Amino acid sequence: MDDGLALRNLRISHGERPLLELSLTVAPGQVTTVMGPSGVGKSTLLSAISGHLAPEFSLAGELCLRGRDLIPLRPQDRGIGILFQDHLLFPHLSTGDNLAFGLAPRHRRADRRLKVEEALRQIGLEGYYDRDPATLSGGQKARVALMRMLLAEPGLLLLDEPFSGLDANLRRRVRQMVLDTARDRHLPVLLVTHDHEDAEAAGGPVITLATPVSDL
Amino acid sequence: MRLPPLLPTLTLLALLGPVLAGLWGTLRAAVGHLPELGMQGPSLAPVTALVEWPGLWAAVRLSLVTGGLATLSSLLIVTALIAGWNGTRPFRMMVRVLSPLLSVPHAAAAFGLLFLIQPSGWVIRALSPWLTGWERPPDLLLVQDPMGLALTLGLIVKEVPFLLLISLAALAQTQGAERMRIAAALGYGRSAGWLFSVFPALYSRIRLPVYVVLAYSMSVVDMALILGPSTPPTLSVQILRWMGDPDLTLRSLASAAALLQLTLVLMALLAWHGAEHLVARLSRRLITSGRRWQRDRWLRFGVVSLAMLCVTMVLFGLLGLTLWSFAAGWRFPEALPDALSPSSWIRHGPIALKTLGTTFAIALAATGLALVLTLGCLETEERRHLAVTERAMWLLYLPLLVPQTAFLPGLQTLLLGVGADRSLWAVVFAHLVFVLPYLRLSLEGPFKDWDARQGRIAAALGASPNRIFFCLRLPMLLGAILTAIALGVAVSIGQYLPTLLIGGGRVQTLTTEAVALAAGGDRRAIGVFALLQTAAALLPFALALWMPKAIWHNRKDMHHG
Repeated sequence: MDDGLALRNLRISHGERPLLELSLTVAPGQVTTVMGPSGVGKSTLLSAISGHLAPEFSLAGELCLRGRDLIPLRPQDRGIGILFQDHLLFPHLSTGDNLAFGLAPRHRRADRRLKVEEALRQIGLEGYYDRDPATLSGGQKARVALMRMLLAEPGLLLLDEPFSGLDANLRRRVRQMVLDTARDRHLPVLLVTHDHEDAEAAGGPVITLATPVSDL
Repeated sequence: MRLPPLLPTLTLLALLGPVLAGLWGTLRAAVGHLPELGMQGPSLAPVTALVEWPGLWAAVRLSLVTGGLATLSSLLIVTALIAGWNGTRPFRMMVRVLSPLLSVPHAAAAFGLLFLIQPSGWVIRALSPWLTGWERPPDLLLVQDPMGLALTLGLIVKEVPFLLLISLAALAQTQGAERMRIAAALGYGRSAGWLFSVFPALYSRIRLPVYVVLAYSMSVVDMALILGPSTPPTLSVQILRWMGDPDLTLRSLASAAALLQLTLVLMALLAWHGAEHLVARLSRRLITSGRRWQRDRWLRFGVVSLAMLCVTMVLFGLLGLTLWSFAAGWRFPEALPDALSPSSWIRHGPIALKTLGTTFAIALAATGLALVLTLGCLETEERRHLAVTERAMWLLYLPLLVPQTAFLPGLQTLLLGVGADRSLWAVVFAHLVFVLPYLRLSLEGPFKDWDARQGRIAAALGASPNRIFFCLRLPMLLGAILTAIALGVAVSIGQYLPTLLIGGGRVQTLTTEAVALAAGGDRRAIGVFALLQTAAALLPFALALWMPKAIWHNRKDMHHG
């Protein structure tokens, strides 16, 4: 399986102490959910995949995306999009500039404005280019954050409890939108959550991380 | 691309190089070795001459008493004020009034106080002749008194705002509100509850700034020239006199005195440190005694009156400076000038404006360098995951703990040897030593509080570390950076001794000009220069408040803080 995410015997240690070890694959268009109690290393796993592991951790094993070894790559070269619980739109940039920040660099300057306008249209925010992102509603912010990430043309989506800050109604709609988009674009998705409803909606395999034996 | 590891190294060099070189120069000259002036050591002559100077013990006592008393009083006022009022509406108002006072230069505050409390000052004018019967200024030693009380008062009104703002910043990390709730639930009075449960945690965080206040107050020069006694003066002022003497051999005497000043400050710091343990032991008894101290109204209202008095004195001092700079005629018992005229401003304006230009040029150059170094260090530390230890914080505070009078004379002599003194750049680098610590203290919190997930999102979008730094982190920190620049500029504008000694009298800033006027006693000229000095220090703060609002007027989430 060379077109998705593959972890083979990926071991993360904190100093000498082994923290977690796991193998998993996520095919394009598939959502794999990782669950487990807090402190079990879910965030550390996401940091390892995205390339932000703190230096006191060490990493062994295999981590591949589309058959390419990720471990030697810098975070910005891995082609992995992240969504956090807060949408984290850059507060000093306009809504459109937030999207332009994400838009892949291969688009030429003249095209970029048009590309962003088109992206705004796709998420139902036509004419919002110069809007202050702070004035958007929660759902609009979620759409902008998702679109900003997609414009960077990632090969994988990492979702770090991205729906937990939203109220029940909005939560369902945003989750549906994110998951549908990922499926449409054949993106492999790794979802970290502690909410079973999220896991059910994702529909893919569920991996539950347990507290390491050494800590019991 | 990684930032060059150059920046932390350069920062340490800029911070510690002048201090260590200066101390070396002072030590060398104190044992009579000054090859630049044809003196070959070592010899004990300078030390002998110092011991034989008749004013020595009075000067030493003056430094110890004014410095110790000013530090203790400021700390007590700030502690009691926070203990009794923290979290209340009057307290927030108080903080809002005190914050701008922090940036009023020491010299300007001292002149304002002088115009207020001297025998011909505003307070006595207001009471004369209807109450006192005085038709001419009374012959009282209200300022420049041999005990140094006026100098102590001047130091207190400036150090209270400094310690208060430092304490408030540290208070945020102490979970004060929770501790207070528990103390209140156990029946403790407001002040006692805070002192017993929060103060110990706070003090350990403001210990270094308190030491800075002690070292500074013991060795201050500009305030002592204005408010302190002159025969004999404080030890630091005497050092400056000897340094400025046309008889160059007195420089070795000045260096011996500088070494004594350093020893005094070190001993005072050790004594203070010992007293901390003593106070801790005594208060443990008080804490475990179980008394609740519920009636603390007298303390609360007493301290708020003292703090108000500090504020009022500075504000009326500034008002007095303003009036004098516009006064046409103002005879003694009159409370107000006969008429106002711009003639003082017209007379002194051209020179003052030229000096203002030099002042800003030095301040902006030193602050600009310090800003690049500080931001470069913070970013490098983060990219390389370098943790700054407690010991490194001591290095940062070193230039503020070693008295200026201890190392600047030595530095000047060394620069003289290589012919690099008296240049504008030498002055800029001397200012950099004092601007750097404040910039670091001001920027560290905001820089580290920046949400690192923003950087992770951006990296996921393919942005390089440099793009994240320049396009995201710096613009988002604009407000904090502008405030830090304003602080750096204010620190530089207030510098007296580095400008005077390193500039060798060739480089004039508003501060050196204003302090030089002290001896002449031309109140109108003093009013013009001191007021301009204050305005120059306050203006950047006003800009730092206004600019982010103007730039981010259309970005709601950039308005907090």
